[in-house]
Amino acid sequence: MSITSYIFGIVSAALILVVVVELLRRRHLRERHAIWWMIAGVLALIAGVFPATLVWVSQLVGVEVPTNLVFFVSIAILFLVGLQHSSELTQLESKTRTLAERVAIIELNARERESRAERDED
Amino acid sequence: MSSAFEKTLIVMPAFNEAESVAQVVREVAAKLPGISVLVVDDGSSDETTSEARSAGALVATLPFNLGVGGAMRVGFRYAIENSFDNVVQIDSDGQHDPSSVPDLLVELATADLVLGARFAGEGDYTVRGPRHWAMVVLATILSRSSRTKLTDTTSGYRASGPRAVALFAEHYPAEYLGDTIEALVIASRSGLVIRQVPVSMRPRAGGVPSHDPFRAAAYLGRAGLALVFAFIRPPSTYRVGGSV
Repeated sequence: MSITSYIFGIVSAALILVVVVELLRRRHLRERHAIWWMIAGVLALIAGVFPATLVWVSQLVGVEVPTNLVFFVSIAILFLVGLQHSSELTQLESKTRTLAERVAIIELNARERESRAERDED
Repeated sequence: MSSAFEKTLIVMPAFNEAESVAQVVREVAAKLPGISVLVVDDGSSDETTSEARSAGALVATLPFNLGVGGAMRVGFRYAIENSFDNVVQIDSDGQHDPSSVPDLLVELATADLVLGARFAGEGDYTVRGPRHWAMVVLATILSRSSRTKLTDTTSGYRASGPRAVALFAEHYPAEYLGDTIEALVIASRSGLVIRQVPVSMRPRAGGVPSHDPFRAAAYLGRAGLALVFAFIRPPSTYRVGGSV
């Protein structure tokens, strides 16, 4: 591995962490959504700074080419994040639906009360 | 029967039914004197709300389209909050003949959920092809689950008694096909008594049932999926008194 690719790996990982932390700091990202990106950034940083750890873990789980472990972990994390988003979207939709139902009933009640008041005035 | 009418709320989910809704509301009012009618405008872009209101119905307008399930949830909630005992669902396209409502209500005395079934002898409503097979399969499975003979499980013409209204106000499924198939499974899994009553059904005023094989296959798949998930859901999703 050349020194350039070594530095490139570290800088990329650091950049991920900086972006995630910055988004968290500005409240553009909630902790529960940031957790997977934080894990990804930290793993990338460890593998970038100490490539030996990557080789060691690959041997541990029986992956012959260490890069393949990187691909596997990356895809797994992206998959989990995608799944989490689908699940959150479902929950949001069901909350929106409940709100819409409540609004419809409240509107109906308000209208009925109004028309009853008008009738009482007559 | 008139006292039963007072305690009964007719709920009509309506999505872009401005042309027929007023007529159906008037027909219900004429045939079932003293009954309350709630039209739930499911995010229509036409004049459904004002048409229904001018015909004398209560109208709840959803800000966007939620499907029949979402519209019915509004109906069940409204019934609970305004202490109606029974809820009868009627289509707003004029397909359901309101003169069958008393038959449903009579049956409700000994049952919690009464389906108004097409194909059960009355009327001249028929469906052929894959859609028909799907209905037969659904009917067989759901009949076994609810321990009663059902022939038309996707009928939207149904009456719910107090126990069913309490259950559905919390747990009526809002998914596609959930309002018909899954609602039946939820009802039978929570021990409600389900019955079927033959009703005469008029052909739809506008539009014909689709016979496109791809759409039929998609319908079959979604119905199967809805059925499987209805059976494997955890009991907490239909326990009354839990979280909403």
